[in-house]
Amino acid sequence: MKELTIIEAGRQERHYWRELWRYRELFQVLAWRDLSVRYRQTAIGAIWALIRPFLTMVVFTVVFGHIAQLPSEGSAPYALMVFAGLLPWAFFAGGLAEASNSLVQNASLINKVYIPWLIVPTATVIVTLVDFLISFVILLALLLWYQFLPGWRLLLLPAFVILTFAISLGPALWLTSLNVRYRDFRYVIPFVIQLGLYVSPVGFSSAIVPADWRLLYSVNPMVGVIDGFRWCILGGQLYLPGLAMSLGVTLFFLWLGIRQFRRMEKSFADLI
Amino acid sequence: MSDAIITVENLSKRYLVEHQSKHGGRYTTFREMIAREVNNFARKAIDLVHGRPIIQGNDVEEFWALRDVCFEIRQGSIVGIIGPNGAGKSTLLKILSRITPPTEGRILIWGRVASLLEVGTGFHAELTGRENIFLNGAILGMTQREIRKKFDEIVAFADVERFIDMPVKRYSSGMHVRLAFAVAAHLEPDILIVDEVLAVGDAAFQKKCLGKMDDVSRREGRTVLFVSHNMSVIKALCPSAIWLDRGLVRRQGTAEEVVGEYLATVAPSQDRFVKLEDVQRLHKLEDGLRLLSLEWNCDLPLRHGEPIKGRIRFRARTRSQDVVIGIGFANLEGDRVLTYETDSQVGFRAHVSETGDHCVEFAVAALPLAPDIYALDVFCRSSEINSLDYVPAVIQVEVVAGTKTPTAIIKHNTGVHLPSSWTWENLEHGGPTVSPAQI
Repeated sequence: MKELTIIEAGRQERHYWRELWRYRELFQVLAWRDLSVRYRQTAIGAIWALIRPFLTMVVFTVVFGHIAQLPSEGSAPYALMVFAGLLPWAFFAGGLAEASNSLVQNASLINKVYIPWLIVPTATVIVTLVDFLISFVILLALLLWYQFLPGWRLLLLPAFVILTFAISLGPALWLTSLNVRYRDFRYVIPFVIQLGLYVSPVGFSSAIVPADWRLLYSVNPMVGVIDGFRWCILGGQLYLPGLAMSLGVTLFFLWLGIRQFRRMEKSFADLI
Repeated sequence: MSDAIITVENLSKRYLVEHQSKHGGRYTTFREMIAREVNNFARKAIDLVHGRPIIQGNDVEEFWALRDVCFEIRQGSIVGIIGPNGAGKSTLLKILSRITPPTEGRILIWGRVASLLEVGTGFHAELTGRENIFLNGAILGMTQREIRKKFDEIVAFADVERFIDMPVKRYSSGMHVRLAFAVAAHLEPDILIVDEVLAVGDAAFQKKCLGKMDDVSRREGRTVLFVSHNMSVIKALCPSAIWLDRGLVRRQGTAEEVVGEYLATVAPSQDRFVKLEDVQRLHKLEDGLRLLSLEWNCDLPLRHGEPIKGRIRFRARTRSQDVVIGIGFANLEGDRVLTYETDSQVGFRAHVSETGDHCVEFAVAALPLAPDIYALDVFCRSSEINSLDYVPAVIQVEVVAGTKTPTAIIKHNTGVHLPSSWTWENLEHGGPTVSPAQI
C-alpha cells in the first residue's frame, strides 16, 4: 500500500516532524555544501575563522581591560575571559546572520522543489558551528600560553554549545521567514548583532553588573550562555537564576520562531 | 480506492496582483501625500504583525491561475499537459509538487512524487560534478546510498566521465543540462513531474531523455506528468493529454485529439509590438542580458515571399562577448523550421561592451515560410553554447500568401524547396516534349 498525500488549502501537515526526519540526509548534504563552498577561492581559507576572533579579542582586551581597567573574573587573565565570551557570541552572531539570509539565498530550493524548508536555515547554523570549533583552537592556545588549567567543568561545555545553537536558531527562524517577504530585515540584522555585542557581556564580566539588576540583565539569553562558558573554562560561581532565565527566554523564542516559520512556510514560493 | 494515482478535485489557485491604483495615483498636495503614505505604512505594519502578506500598491487585483480544475490520472500513464503561456501549467505542477498551496480544492496523491521543474535545482557552481550529483540527488529526495549505487549509471548517462571532478562552473551549458537530467532520470519515485526542462540541450540528448522517460513509465510502471510546448513530443510520448487554457481545463483525452484541437485554436498575434521582458523564462539563466521586446516594422500578417523587418531591444547588465541575437520560427508541433540570427553575417562578432539598453534591427529580403501558422522564438546567446536569454514560442505568427514567389520555400510537410535546374526530354522523338508554361 502506497502512502497517501493529501494537498488541500490550509491543511496542516500531519507528519511534519516525521518528514523532517526523513530528509535528515539532505540536512547533512546542505551543511556539507555550505562548508565546502565557504572558503573556496579564498587565499588563506579557514584561517579567516581564526583571524577574526583573535583580533576582536586583542582589541577588546586592550579597550576594556587596559584602557577602561575593568576587572576580570577571578584570577583569569583578561584576554582569556574575553575569549571565553567571544566564542559563544561569534557562534550566535554568525549563526543568526547566516541563517537569516539562508532562504533568500537559496531561492531555487524554495520555488523549484519541495523539501521541508526548515532544514535550510538549520543547516546553515551548523556551518557556523564548524567555525566555532576552529576558533576553539585559539582557546587551547591561550590556555597553554597563560598556563591556565580548566577543571572538570569543561566537560559541561557541550551543553552550553547546544544552548547557544538554540538561542540563535529561534530568532533566525523568525527572521528568515520574514526576510522572504520583507527584505528590510537584511538591514536590521547586522545592526542588531552589532548592538548585541555591547549589550552582552563579551568584553567585560557580567559580575560588574549590580546584583539587583543581574536577573533582569539575564533576559538577554546570551548572558546566561557567556556566563556558562566562563564558568566551564575559568571556574568561579555560576549565577543559576540567570541561567534559568536564559533557558526560558531561549525556549520561548524557539517556539515563536518555529511557529512563525511554519505559518509562513506555505507561501514562501509565492513570496520569494 | 479506484486505480487513480492522482485525483485532483476542484483545484483553484488565486494570486493577488498588487499595483498602484490608476485613479488618483498622483498626489495633489504634499499633505495628502504624507497622509496616504502614513496610511499605507500603518496598514503594512499591521499586516506584518499579524504575519499576513502585505500588499505593496494600494490596489489589489485577484488573478486566478487555476480555476476548478478536476482530473484523474491512472497509475503508469504518461500525461502531457499543454496550453499557451500563462495557462496555469506551471502553477499546476507547483501545487502537485507541494511547492505552493492551492487556494481551494483538494488533491489526493498515492505514492512518492519527484518533480523536475528546473534542471539542476540547487546545483552549486563551485562544486564539482561529483559533488553536485550527491547534492542534487539529496534535494530531489534520493538517499545517499541510492545515489552511490547509481552513481556510475548517472555519469555514463550524462556522458561527463572526464569532467566529473571539475567544478560545474567550467561546464558547457549542454554538459550542465545533461548532468542535471541524468540525476533526475535515475530517481525512483512513483510519480515523476517534469516541466519543460528538455528545451535546452542538444537533440540527441533530448531523445535519450525522452526514451528514458518512456522506459520509466512502460517498464517500471511509473506515472509521468509532462509539460511541453513541443506538440510532436507530446504526441509521441504521451497517450493522453490535458489542455489548460487561462486556468481552466479546456479538454482532456487522447493526446492525438487534444493536440489536434489545441492547434486548431491557436490564434496568431496581430500585435506589432511583442513584449518579451515579462514573459516567464523556462530556465534560470545568468541575468547578464535580457531581451525586452520585438517590434515588427512590416505589415502583419507576414507575407510569404515578401520582406520582413523588425527590431529587438535588449538590456545588458554585464558586458558579454560574442553576442548572437536571433529569431526562430517553429511549426506548431514545436520543431524549429527557420532561424535568422546576427551570426549569419560572416566574420562579424558583437561584443556588448556597454551596459544599458540596446537594440538590433533585422531585415529579410524574402520570407521563405509557406503560408501557415508558426510559433516565434526569440533568443540570445554568447558564442556557440552559452544561452543568455531564451523566449520560446512567445507568440504565434501567421504567414499568408504574398504576391511573389521566393526562390527558397519552407513547407510544413515537404521541407525546404530550393531552386534547381531540370531538363525535360522526349525519348521517342528527341527534343523537349513539354512546353514550359509561362508564368
